[in-house]
Amino acid sequence: MLTALVLILLFPLLIGVALLFKSIPLLNADSIVNLLFSDNWAPNSGKFGFWPFIFSSLYVTVLSFIFSAPLCLLAAIYLTEFASARLIRIMHPVIDILAGIPSVIYGMWGILVIVPFVGDYLAPVFGLNSSGYSILAGGIVLAIMCIPYMLNMLIETFKSVPYGLKEAGFSLGATHWETIKHIVIRKSRPGIISAFGLGMAKAFGETLAVMMVVGNIARITGNPFEAGYPLPALIANNYGEMLSIPLYDSALMFAALVLFVVVLLINLVFRYLIIASNPAKV
Amino acid sequence: MNTLTAKNTDTLMEPRAIRKTKPESAISIKNLNVHAGSHHILNNINLEIPKNKVTVLLGPSGCGKTTLLKSLNKLTDLYKELDVSGSVFIGKDDILNSNHNIPALRQKMGLLSQKPYPLPVSIFKNVAYGLKLKGVKDKKLIAYNVEQKLKEVGLWEEVKDRLHSSADSLSIGQQQRLCLARGLAVKPQIILADEPTSALDPVSSKIIEERFRELKKYYTIVIVTHILRQAQRLADNVVFMHYGKIIEQGTPEAVLKNPQSSQLKEYLVDGF
Repeated sequence: MLTALVLILLFPLLIGVALLFKSIPLLNADSIVNLLFSDNWAPNSGKFGFWPFIFSSLYVTVLSFIFSAPLCLLAAIYLTEFASARLIRIMHPVIDILAGIPSVIYGMWGILVIVPFVGDYLAPVFGLNSSGYSILAGGIVLAIMCIPYMLNMLIETFKSVPYGLKEAGFSLGATHWETIKHIVIRKSRPGIISAFGLGMAKAFGETLAVMMVVGNIARITGNPFEAGYPLPALIANNYGEMLSIPLYDSALMFAALVLFVVVLLINLVFRYLIIASNPAKV
Repeated sequence: MNTLTAKNTDTLMEPRAIRKTKPESAISIKNLNVHAGSHHILNNINLEIPKNKVTVLLGPSGCGKTTLLKSLNKLTDLYKELDVSGSVFIGKDDILNSNHNIPALRQKMGLLSQKPYPLPVSIFKNVAYGLKLKGVKDKKLIAYNVEQKLKEVGLWEEVKDRLHSSADSLSIGQQQRLCLARGLAVKPQIILADEPTSALDPVSSKIIEERFRELKKYYTIVIVTHILRQAQRLADNVVFMHYGKIIEQGTPEAVLKNPQSSQLKEYLVDGF
């Protein structure tokens, strides 16, 4: 049992070390600052600037977070505080099914529904021209994929607030909404933050569905109707294909390392936020 | 003039004379029924809770005491499975069927639950919360009230140097006194207490009980308890419940010393 535990704990470390080891040739060829923040991506001439990929990844993640977080928060509050017991009984399997759908299906659905919706309907509203394969489409598909995870965790969090606390709010003269706002949400803050963190880490690392709708063009653009190229898509699209180019193998390993470190950082930041937000500390 | 004064005195005297024979009710419960699915938790409860007296609800576990207490300030709203009918009059307002401001009616009653549930904020904010809900904005007035209420429950000396630290950092006994102070801060007329000492150590229990003995001069108190000795020590009026019904009620001497029903006789034998 102890060995199993040690193995589980060692895995992330082993993955990190292996990726770092494989990235060394690239790190020897260029400075890490250049690799991370240069936007010059020209593998044929030995230029590996990862900023467009990192930027795209962050962009779709932030968009998906903006779409999914408020939705999940409100849905979880409704389900735990206002909905009938019957609705909750129906919603639980629905959420589980949503979480179990393979990401390729989300990707297909994105191509069939979200991409045309963004290209044909949403972009013209803003007077823009878009194929639909865009950062925005990636953000929307990711948001839908993250919803079951976040929602499930938020529901559990709100359910764990003791009735006695809500009774205290009511008996002091708070309305139901004031009780939710001042007591339930406050008491649940660590849980809310960890649900958000889980959603973000999942969004940042999600590969297939995003790759199918995001367009996969390496460039930096603030316009969400244009295509982007997130890190996981870069790795999945090119690994095994472009390895004849010198250092490309090492570059993809470095991309994986960056992905790994960012997901780790997201986790660490949220862990810190959870500790800092602990209501016990006021 | 003289005749007028005499008449006025007469009209003033009359109700007073009535009050002597029939004590004024703070809460008047009429035909209260509570169902949870097919389970009949409270069965046609009719009860007058006398003003500025301590009423003790006594009975075995699951007899509906806590549900009755929670019906009094409509906390039953929180439990979707409960179906409540009947009336609970707080003064003239029927809290169960009123279109009146329910939060304002609830503020007439302070609640002390079995376990202390301090709000996830500082000690100070716990006591100030109810005042803020009432719309009090004057910071000096809030601070004055917080100090007064903490003194009233005998907690001030213990916490005055750490008012802004978390309420969770207090011991359970201190937390329970904080919850009492929090409830008193909204200036209720009635205190509802659900086995308020059952989670506490003997010393904290004693402090809470002493507070109740002080508070009964100014408030109407309804206490749910399992502890017969506590009932004897505190009660002016004892209500014995069994399977959702009121079986007996009256002064502690009458009810506890001279039980009429077989259920109460059995309970008193087992309870002591």
